Amino acid sequence: MDSKFNITVRNCDLYYSEFQALKDVNMDIDEHEVTAFIGPSGCGKSTFIKTLNRMNDLIEDCRITGEIIIGEQDIYEKGTDVTMLRKNVGMVFQKPNPFPMTIYDNIAFAPRTFGIKKKAELDEVVERSLRQAGLWDEVRDRLRKNAMGLSGGQQQRLCIARALAAEPKILLMDEPTSALDPISTGKIEELMIELKKEYTIIIVTHNMQQATRISDKTAFFLLGEVIEYATTQELFSNPKDKRTESYITGRFG
Amino acid sequence: MMIKAYRFIKARDYLMRAVFMLCAAFSILALACICVFLFVSGIPFIGRIGFSNFFGTTWHVDSQAYGILSMIVTSLYLTALATFIGVTTGLLTAICLFRFCPKRLIPSIRQMVNLLAGIPSVIYGLFGLIIIVPFLRDYVSPNSIGFGLLAASLVVSIMILPTIVSVSLDALNAVPRSYYEGSLALGATSEQSVFKVVVPAARSGILAAVVLAIGRAIGETMAVIMVIGNSPVMPHGLFQSVRTMTANIALGAKELGGDAATALVSTGVVLFIFTLLLNISFNLLRGGEKREKKRTQKTDT
Amino acid sequence: MKKNAHKRQILKFAVLKNITRAALLVSLIALVSVVAFILIRGLPHINMQLLFGEYTSRSPSLLPAITGTLYIIVISILIAAPIGIGSAIYLTEYTNSKSRLIRIVRIAVETLAGIPSIVYGIFGYLVFVVALGFRYSLIGGGMTLAIMILPVIVRSTEESLLAVPLALREGSFALGSSKVRTIFSVVLPCAASGIVTSLILAIGRVISESAALLMTIGMVVNKVPENFASPGTSLALNVYYFGSHGYPEEAAATAVVLLVLVMSINILATALGKFFGKGELAHG
Repeated sequence: MDSKFNITVRNCDLYYSEFQALKDVNMDIDEHEVTAFIGPSGCGKSTFIKTLNRMNDLIEDCRITGEIIIGEQDIYEKGTDVTMLRKNVGMVFQKPNPFPMTIYDNIAFAPRTFGIKKKAELDEVVERSLRQAGLWDEVRDRLRKNAMGLSGGQQQRLCIARALAAEPKILLMDEPTSALDPISTGKIEELMIELKKEYTIIIVTHNMQQATRISDKTAFFLLGEVIEYATTQELFSNPKDKRTESYITGRFG
Repeated sequence: MMIKAYRFIKARDYLMRAVFMLCAAFSILALACICVFLFVSGIPFIGRIGFSNFFGTTWHVDSQAYGILSMIVTSLYLTALATFIGVTTGLLTAICLFRFCPKRLIPSIRQMVNLLAGIPSVIYGLFGLIIIVPFLRDYVSPNSIGFGLLAASLVVSIMILPTIVSVSLDALNAVPRSYYEGSLALGATSEQSVFKVVVPAARSGILAAVVLAIGRAIGETMAVIMVIGNSPVMPHGLFQSVRTMTANIALGAKELGGDAATALVSTGVVLFIFTLLLNISFNLLRGGEKREKKRTQKTDT
Repeated sequence: MKKNAHKRQILKFAVLKNITRAALLVSLIALVSVVAFILIRGLPHINMQLLFGEYTSRSPSLLPAITGTLYIIVISILIAAPIGIGSAIYLTEYTNSKSRLIRIVRIAVETLAGIPSIVYGIFGYLVFVVALGFRYSLIGGGMTLAIMILPVIVRSTEESLLAVPLALREGSFALGSSKVRTIFSVVLPCAASGIVTSLILAIGRVISESAALLMTIGMVVNKVPENFASPGTSLALNVYYFGSHGYPEEAAATAVVLLVLVMSINILATALGKFFGKGELAHG
């Protein structure tokens, strides 16, 4: 199980029926890095992040070609174990989406899916995940309360903890702070820097400051293409492409 | 971590999908069975006894006369009358509830209307039997007969009233507030705005209420059977014992056997075809309207 | 001149407004008087003998009807609930397959909802009473009603399933859950209150129904049914029977029992819907 979990994407095209949403995307993402995807709305960055755990399977008429290899496995190969893929590649959504059940049951959801039934084991996973997400001290007394009672920021950290409880190797975050206030956003950014020691993190963000604060590498998407992919520092200080430059200097977006 | 075999999960997904699909297919199966059973035992009978016998005016089981024309006519009269009374009153009530009545009364009236919509039809029938029929007999009827089309129409129209109010009020509430406000801004009074702008804009919802009303009126059995008198003759007035198709089926069900029982099934087939036609024409109407809406939206953008 | 016409316009609509008020008044009087007269005529005749006594032709009892009604509720809900909920799940959760089947199912459900209950009665008579040889029996009636309430259950369950946000399903899938686990552990629990409400309303429909039962269960008013294969009667049928066989007081009393039952069921359903509606998804 201790295989590597680096991501290799080759010639990836994606279509929603007739519309081509991704054009020839190529990318290599290493383990234990934070990679940020930036670009204007509708540029394909969210579409691309969803290809990495095959969430686009849920969308009708979605067709994908090319290779996406995680570790050694082409995840679009026939017979791929999608549940294992999604266990290994966790995801946090734009809007916090805790299940309307107790905090405990939210966190225990994934372990239960994968067959853990013993209470002691579940207790341990719940505590560990909540601690990792920096939420343990705030909710330890109300694990049996409904998760909908938490604040927006807490809900989002709960969703992160819920994803971590599946023990993923890669964490996909689709604009995880766009629905949150600045203080909650700060907490989640700190958390991401903490988490990168153990996980590979890929984050879609609208916020360029956020990308510079937390990511090691950044990819700039435009109209379904990766225009530029480099270390964050280089991309922001010395963009190679004219379009990248005009985007990061705020000339469109 | 113990991991369930992916194949098992996949198989379970397929299995449950099949189970849900079968559940869904059950409705199709049920509808098909209803059609087949009704048509197979009802239609050949019409052929056997002859079209003119079945659609004739005499129903006299002992002499093999199974004419249901008088019942078809009665059903149509009843439906028209009950729908007219029910829809007029119901729609006006809904309009009043929509804008012309004190705001604080609305929630309780709505709740009451919703509750009344659930009252069993036999109760309306009984109300007709012990209140409306004697009242009509004593105070209204010129020939001292209370039973008949008027009693039945009144009972059915009261019965469908809550549904009509509820559905058309929903339709009125679904009209964007900006229509009403826009009309006010052009100098129209509140009443003008409601009648000339909001009500026309809600017409497809109101149409749905009318269709619902027609469907219930033509299919109603128990409330009708208790107040209409049930003589299988052509209706010539409002105060005369007559019989609807539904009443014919229900009355004969326990007593008749053989050909007569089959004649009831054939009556059911006619009734069934009427309701199917109603549904189909409504769906076509609605479908046409939807398409039109889509088109206007497209030209908008 | 023009000013006058304008005034007349305004006046005309003001009159219309008052006509609507009159209509409201008429509607309310009509509906309230139904309930009031039934109560006035029926309440004085309710007593223990009528409700639970031994049936004799001089003092009829509702015990056979109460028992029969219970049988029919149990049979029809047991059959219609799983099938109806299953169909609703297929219609909402498997739309990805956007098959022709789903479109046909929708048309079938719509059509079933529009069929008059007496036609269901004929169908039940042809199939259960005659073809399957059940003769007049509670089970035949219960099965007939099961088909009749199916569209009610399918539609309202579908509505509660659609009210579950897509984000929750996504969240569940993203954690590696299968479709089945997502449906049973996330979607159904979230929709539970709505589904329960729809089942309660379906029970209300079953209790109210009489025409379809008239043709399938035999209207045996004087004997408590021994089991589900016996012929029997129901409360609603008894109202008709008493009303048309010269027992007007008993008919009114039975109507009161029926009225109270149906009203409390509807109130229960509304209250439940409100209670859960506030509790669960409102925050999300």
